[in-house]
Amino acid sequence: MAPLLELHGVTARYGQVHALHGVSLTVDEGQVVAVLGANGAGKTTTLRAVSGTVRRDGEIRFDGRPLGRHGPETVARLGIAHVPEGRGTFAELTVWDNLRLGGYTRRTSLKDDFARVLEYFPWLEERRSQQAGTLSGGEQQMLALARAFMQRPRLLLLDEPSLGLAPLLVTEVFRIVKELNETTGLTVLVVEQNAHIALQAAQTAYVLEVGRVALSGPSAELREHESVRRSYLGY
Amino acid sequence: MVELARRIDLRPHRTYAGVSLPVILGLFAACVFLAGGCLSSGIFAQQTVAGLAQGAVYASLALALVLIYRATEVINFAQGEMAMASVYIAYQLIQWGFSYWEAFVVTLAVAFVLGVVIQVAVIRPVQHTSVIAVVIVTVGLFILIDGLVNWKWGGAIRFMPAPFGQKVYHAGGVAFARQDLGTMAVTVVSVVLLWFLFQFTKLGLGMRAAALRPAAATLVGVRVEVMLAIGWGLAAVLGAVAGLMAEPAQFVLQPTLMQSVLLYAFAAAVLGGLESPAGAVVGGLALGVFLNLVGQYVHFITSELRQPFAFAVLLAVLLVKPTGLFGRSRVRKV
Amino acid sequence: MGAVAGTAVVLALLPFALSGYHQALAAKAGTFFIAILGLNILIGYSGQISIGHGAFMAIGGYTTAVLSRDHHTNLVLTMLAAFAICFVCGLLVGLPALRLSGVYLALATFALAVSVPQFPLKFSKYLGGSGGVQSARTVSPLWLYGVGWSAAAILFVLAWLILRGRTGRAFRAIRDSEVAATSSGVELPVYKTLAFGISAAFAGVAGSLFVLGTNGFAQPSEFGVILSLQILIGAAVAGLGSLGGVIVGAVFVGLLPEISSSVPLIGSSHGQDVVFGLLVILIMLLLPTGAAGLVPRLRRLRARA
Repeated sequence: MAPLLELHGVTARYGQVHALHGVSLTVDEGQVVAVLGANGAGKTTTLRAVSGTVRRDGEIRFDGRPLGRHGPETVARLGIAHVPEGRGTFAELTVWDNLRLGGYTRRTSLKDDFARVLEYFPWLEERRSQQAGTLSGGEQQMLALARAFMQRPRLLLLDEPSLGLAPLLVTEVFRIVKELNETTGLTVLVVEQNAHIALQAAQTAYVLEVGRVALSGPSAELREHESVRRSYLGY
Repeated sequence: MVELARRIDLRPHRTYAGVSLPVILGLFAACVFLAGGCLSSGIFAQQTVAGLAQGAVYASLALALVLIYRATEVINFAQGEMAMASVYIAYQLIQWGFSYWEAFVVTLAVAFVLGVVIQVAVIRPVQHTSVIAVVIVTVGLFILIDGLVNWKWGGAIRFMPAPFGQKVYHAGGVAFARQDLGTMAVTVVSVVLLWFLFQFTKLGLGMRAAALRPAAATLVGVRVEVMLAIGWGLAAVLGAVAGLMAEPAQFVLQPTLMQSVLLYAFAAAVLGGLESPAGAVVGGLALGVFLNLVGQYVHFITSELRQPFAFAVLLAVLLVKPTGLFGRSRVRKV
Repeated sequence: MGAVAGTAVVLALLPFALSGYHQALAAKAGTFFIAILGLNILIGYSGQISIGHGAFMAIGGYTTAVLSRDHHTNLVLTMLAAFAICFVCGLLVGLPALRLSGVYLALATFALAVSVPQFPLKFSKYLGGSGGVQSARTVSPLWLYGVGWSAAAILFVLAWLILRGRTGRAFRAIRDSEVAATSSGVELPVYKTLAFGISAAFAGVAGSLFVLGTNGFAQPSEFGVILSLQILIGAAVAGLGSLGGVIVGAVFVGLLPEISSSVPLIGSSHGQDVVFGLLVILIMLLLPTGAAGLVPRLRRLRARA
């Protein structure tokens, strides 16, 4: 079976500054794949290259179709949900409007989707008319996940979900991601500083260093890998 | 889970509610004052109603400015001239034999298209360069449209049929012009329609998202550029409504129709906080009533001082609340 | 530097090649040169926007006309008076401006542009009402050209001296980040109001020349909102934050309307507005950073080729 997402020699730059120097990776359908690396290694840029929010070159295929020419709106419509760094919630809008925006590209009724999302995030119901900006950081991250889930994506791009969250909440976020993956078969590409928790959640992982893939393999193997242990896990 | 989140996350919850208590109390006091005045004096009541009608025109144009400001962070200096040009289009349609209200509807449609075309043709290309470049482009549009209208129709005074007739109603010794009531009704209808569009339709949701956070909006599949273009179209429609309602109040049509209205609309929009549609409407109405009452009772403020006086009040408000009555203070980025 | 010297030589020799009418036109460009220079100091260097500089021009213009009418003051002295009075007015406007920024400051200054020309109408006893004030002396186009461009040269050097030193550094620091400027010891209130004062003083001199250019006649209708917008357009066409393009902006707003009105097809004054509006939009589309942005852009193109 062809992989759901395939990057081959992808480069990207911000103005004159190159951030990716030829990244190749594959994500199979139904998998959780983690991208690890230090600050500035190009993790976020890799996700942005997929969703089309950065200028990029090289080959990016989603479900066999090339994505290279498409802007972010089209990529979103093809079934890729991107939860960016800082979560991308609409702080000024209500929780409910945020969820409605998740289903923006669909013409059909969103009733079933709301019900499905509430199964995973039941507390959203009582907060539906609250402004999203008044939620706590953890709640906002959950809302971002819920909104992405409303998009009925085939692939979820998740950027640093642990950022700014207390350790207990980080565990909770990853538990939900894992649950969505197991119960609905959602494919996830997650970028994470916290290698420990990311390797637990993911089946496969890539380690980026200065815009290139330095290491890759099944999470279990990487966890035992000498340099990963020393640089990212700290033991 | 939520309990957990609450316990752990100790950061203060930011609030986005724009209106502060003193402002609400002040507005309430003003309403009480107006109601009292209307009950005790017929002239006062008459001036208040006329002021509300004037204010409704300011409010429509202010709302148009706010729509564009929210989406583009730019004041559209050409908004008044676009509205004025729309009135000339209506005038031309009536000359061709349309009835007033047929011309009204067609004009709004044409205004929408013109707004979209302007956004796509000249605003979008400079949008990402600098704010000042966009402002200058709208100033250029101001001069261009003014020149075009003068060229095509000339500066001479023209007359249009009165949409609501010249009838005057009497109630309890107070005279209400049908024209004023009609202006208010049209404004209320357009504001309610707009509110409905933004609050309850998918298009409105997309437009709000695109205006607030364009980058995040693209990620959920909102076509931000399309939304901005539609925003300009809607602003042009609102402007056209303002223009068509301003024309009968001035009894004649000439190219300077909207210039003073634009200034008051600026003042109204700023008074309301520039980002708040409700603020623009309240600001417009308040300004209309206030100026009319001051004109009636304060004799020092003659017609020459009307504009300076309006702006002095605006300045005073800004010095107390630098982001307007309904504006929220923004945290400055370092 | 060479370009500045070259321009100065051309300007010095130009009047000998021009008729009286064209001398007056060139003097008008000089008037705009001064106003745009002043506005550029405020917007381009201190980062505060004003779209009401026509108001300061009005104050400067009336200063000249009234002094000349009532006291037969030497016209050059009235220009100095305009400079001083507008400097003070600028400081006074700059004080409330401290509390405002961005769009709010823009609209507050716009309010100024709308309001100031109304005062002569209200206080018509001293300021002549809508009929205006006639100064006691009128000047020849050559006088206007000579004095106007001399003033422009002096003020250009003054601006250059201010901007290259300590004050200019403070302005730029404020423009780039008020927080960072404060934390490195720049007194925001002092420098922000100072920028307003200097900028207004320049506009005042321009206003004096403007009135002298209309046969010494100061009239409210001449100082409308359009004048403020013209200066703003000039500054944008010149390019903000750089002194190199000012002359281009001055020539653009000073001469273009006159030139286009003499072209047969668009002959009417409204045709001239259409052309002017179109060109303003086109220039912003092609050169959003103005004429001053052209040089680095050409350099970059050459480097790439």
